[in-house]
Amino acid sequence: MLAYNFNWDVIWRQWPTIIEALLLGIGLAVASLAIGCIIGILCAFGRVSRHKWLDWAIWSYVEFIRNTPLLLLIFFVYFGLPQMGIRAFDKIESFILTLSLYAGAYMCEVFRAGLASIPNQYVEAAKAIGLRPWQRQLYVVLPVMFRITLPSISNTLISLFKDTSLAAAIAVPELTFTARQINANTFRVMEAWLTASALYLATSYAIAWVLRLVERRYSVIR
Amino acid sequence: MAERTFWTELWNAKWALLNGIAITTELSAYVVVASTILGLLGGLVLVYGWRPAALLVRLYVDVMRGIPVLVLILFWYYGLALFKINIPAFWAGVIALAGFATAHMSEIVRGAIQSVPAGQSEAAKAIGLRFWQRLRYVILPQATRRVLPPWVNTAVEMVKATTLLSIIGVVELLLATQQTIARNYMVIQFYLAATLLYFVLNFAISRLGALLERRFAYMRY
Repeated sequence: MLAYNFNWDVIWRQWPTIIEALLLGIGLAVASLAIGCIIGILCAFGRVSRHKWLDWAIWSYVEFIRNTPLLLLIFFVYFGLPQMGIRAFDKIESFILTLSLYAGAYMCEVFRAGLASIPNQYVEAAKAIGLRPWQRQLYVVLPVMFRITLPSISNTLISLFKDTSLAAAIAVPELTFTARQINANTFRVMEAWLTASALYLATSYAIAWVLRLVERRYSVIR
Repeated sequence: MAERTFWTELWNAKWALLNGIAITTELSAYVVVASTILGLLGGLVLVYGWRPAALLVRLYVDVMRGIPVLVLILFWYYGLALFKINIPAFWAGVIALAGFATAHMSEIVRGAIQSVPAGQSEAAKAIGLRFWQRLRYVILPQATRRVLPPWVNTAVEMVKATTLLSIIGVVELLLATQQTIARNYMVIQFYLAATLLYFVLNFAISRLGALLERRFAYMRY
């Protein structure tokens, strides 16, 4: 019953396209993480600020994003914005926008926890040597927070990388889309999906490995 | 002809959307129940299992967690058809999602069991409980409290992941919404409505989880 003849020729012939697709996926994830981090930092500072309404607004944003399926958000941004008269984005930009908003909500929680876990002495020491409030944030709080949250940031990057597979739904030519095309054009089902799975797996672990090195270099000395 | 507003269109589409909600709920329920049972077994094998079996489960968990769930779904869907195994997209989706969630649940259960202080297990041994008794009366009740928050998270993730099955043609809430939109072009209104429905569903699960956590909060050590 399970007779299946593998024919890897199709994969080798498409190899440059596949690698390009993989790199596009990584690029999408990194871009979204970068924008998401900026959103996340602003939101985290907003949540610890004294303004109740700001805290509430950011809380709603985070809860809304975290309880809504990503695919639905992707469709909403991709099909909904043009209907509202915003036609500035092509599909890649629209996907990055969605994934950034998605990442921003998760990073907000990560950074908020990071801010909360900064030892009080650091801030006091910064005050003692006469740093202004913005200097304290920029030179003391932010660097320490980044080091504390580094493991969570790398986890988020890996999960964002896996989420880039959803871009296939709006025909962004990333890895899943390419695998699906090979599948549809050649019927080499096993080859296409085994290749895609293996590449995703390898890339996820490669990212994890690289970031572990970064973590070891920059982790907080306790 | 009566004027076409969002509300009249919503009324026209009510059965399609309600059916979509029912399918989404049904999918999520199957996936959560199956992955909880299998994940409990997987977690137990990871902690107490025979070495080669534990390694096998570990390999399974690590592979599953490194592959996007959409790829798993498409792989199952097209792969099963290849071997002439004719099951509906619904069940192909349940298998793929449950397989993915099982990996996560196994990790969660393993972490929870290992977080129970060793003294608890030793004390249970000292009063002469057998392995299954230790598990049933000492370890698992304490692990349950640790399992709850990540378990609720995974359940919410799974409800969200059922939307991916719209890509292989399971008419759950997202695809039902898209079919409605294809008929009336009210893109924003209906996507917002669907978003709201998902939000209500998931927020309810999160709140329920928080409630359960408080209920089990007395188990401290």
